[in-house]
Amino acid sequence: MTATALQVSDLTYREALRHALAGELERDPDVLLLGEDIGAYGGIYKVTDGLRQRFGPHRVLDTPISESGFVGAAIGAAMTGKRPVVELMFMDFSLVAADQLLNQAAKMRYLSGDQWQVPLTVRTQQGVGAGTAAQHSQCLEALFMHVPGFAVALPAFPADAKGLLSTAIRMDSPALVIEHKALYGQRGPVPDQAFEIPFGQANVVRRGSDVTLVSYSRSVHTCLDAARALAADGISAEVIDLRTLVPLDLTTVLESVTRTQRLAVVHEAHRNCGPGAEIAARVMEQAWDILRAPVHRVCGLDIPVPYAEPLEAAWLPGAEDVRRAAHKLMDNRPGERGGRDDVHT
Amino acid sequence: MAMTDPASGAASTASGAAARTGWLRDVFELALVIRTFEERLEQLFAANLIRGSIHLGIGQEAVAVGTRFAAGPGDLVVPTYRGHAWALAWGMTPEQAFGEVLGRQDGCNLGRGGSKHLGSAQLGILPGNAIVAAGLPIACGTALTAKLNGSGRVTIAPFGDGATNQGAFHEALNLAAIWDLPVVFVCENNLYSEMTPIRQMVRVSSLALRSESYGIPNVSVDGMDALAVQEVMGQAIGRAAAGGGPTFVEAFTYRFCGHMPGDTQSYRTREEVATWRERDPVRLLAGRLAAEGVTAQHIEESVRRVTDRVTAAERAALDAPAPSAATIGLGAEPYLTSTR
Repeated sequence: MTATALQVSDLTYREALRHALAGELERDPDVLLLGEDIGAYGGIYKVTDGLRQRFGPHRVLDTPISESGFVGAAIGAAMTGKRPVVELMFMDFSLVAADQLLNQAAKMRYLSGDQWQVPLTVRTQQGVGAGTAAQHSQCLEALFMHVPGFAVALPAFPADAKGLLSTAIRMDSPALVIEHKALYGQRGPVPDQAFEIPFGQANVVRRGSDVTLVSYSRSVHTCLDAARALAADGISAEVIDLRTLVPLDLTTVLESVTRTQRLAVVHEAHRNCGPGAEIAARVMEQAWDILRAPVHRVCGLDIPVPYAEPLEAAWLPGAEDVRRAAHKLMDNRPGERGGRDDVHT
Repeated sequence: MAMTDPASGAASTASGAAARTGWLRDVFELALVIRTFEERLEQLFAANLIRGSIHLGIGQEAVAVGTRFAAGPGDLVVPTYRGHAWALAWGMTPEQAFGEVLGRQDGCNLGRGGSKHLGSAQLGILPGNAIVAAGLPIACGTALTAKLNGSGRVTIAPFGDGATNQGAFHEALNLAAIWDLPVVFVCENNLYSEMTPIRQMVRVSSLALRSESYGIPNVSVDGMDALAVQEVMGQAIGRAAAGGGPTFVEAFTYRFCGHMPGDTQSYRTREEVATWRERDPVRLLAGRLAAEGVTAQHIEESVRRVTDRVTAAERAALDAPAPSAATIGLGAEPYLTSTR
């Protein structure tokens, strides 16, 4: 986002997303919204509230509960000149449409020898903490990092939500914007005019010199909480918000790690083959001689998300977990066996 | 490309009859191009010149051919992995098709897709889809664009009988129905869901019945008879283009070859294959030409012309270079800086 923003309003993450959608609907007559209950009802998280009334039923389409059907239809529309924005009510439902997303949208351009473009945007939300249990909480971004084809954004702040979603809609390739259900009410300054945030540019949201905490989505806020606690402990933590996982801004991470020599990656997705594994591996490949301690991962546990409050709280990586990891890094100690990561073994 | 039957009214004039005969010869030659192309692929595969697998539709040509001669120039097709006939019918040159199946740099997909994914953005052929029924929701999307743009373009969505047991099939039919989409679903019912008789895999007596539960009208047709297909498809396409919504066409057809090379075909008898071969769609068209008074010599000329055409294309593709490994990244997503 540019520093020359003229007018800024205090908006919620939900309102910022709605502003991006309305702006793109206004700007480009080929932009369409499709999804379950997004029209007359306004979406279960009310992101699309009022848009059908404002832009009409031919721009904002309510779909049946047929994720494979309407994601596929959005792909076909995208291949023939539309810019569809699909809402998947929960990230978990991407698995119902996995064929259309990962076998179809992600591959059309390449397998056709660059003949067809799929300017499709998929919006969805995920995240743990609201008691939504095993099939309505999953953080599945690693699947979309693993299979090439989608650009993947996970905004943590209202302004980023607006800017990244606008960029996604204008992009000529498939894009996945993963919102966080706990952030919809979060407020922040958002430029009034339309703007884009380029994918692949991380944001250093807190400067520090002792340890680097790399994160995205709601976990950025967890890291900021941890950084404040660490400051009281005399440890200066730098917090990086990746904003997009595909493409991944490793340059910003490496620049930070070169200074701090210590890295923890923090996310709600499962640890096993999660984004943290990829980030740790790439940092090892490019900066192993700089690190003074092994890279730590503070992640969701490798078990399904439980329902009851104390179980869910134990599942979710919190600021205290991050703080503990930072202390271990400062002591040049690896993650311990029998610690948080091995709770279920 | 006005491909509709010039004598579909009643032309009794000499010039009308000549036009009709010329048109019929075009239909025959297209079917023969497809047949010859696929027979060459069988040989090329046996000679180890084709990688992976191929899915031939020898015997099923009349469905694609009849549809092509019913469709308008801007109409789109969303083929399956058994899609050579559809690509050739929609105007892909045999050179482009051979080139792709042989993995050459000037194949229709620059050698990135192979036999299963023949397609052309220029010709309105979406990439053939190797996931059973996955093209059907996508066909709803191309039809949605046409409807929103008011373009009158119709999407043709062919699929096999086996696809009617996939969830994507049912989701697509329902979407097309509720949105009145200009799409024609064409079931190429060759009686076998890959290697298993479809009658063992469904309880209903007719696959066309399935469309009724979505409020989509259906019609069955002899899928060995290109002219019968052309007539039925003409009505369905006309209805879709006029805003009347989708139609389900069930074309009864048969593949004379296996599902893929190496298929032992233990699921059917030789007698059954022989019975269906008596209704070979290419021979049926030759018979029609003869009935219109075209001499055996003229039909032989057509055969020679087609054979020469396909042979030249095959040779050109065999001589063409494979793509350079240095081009491996071309077309890879995402082009992240590319914005509108």
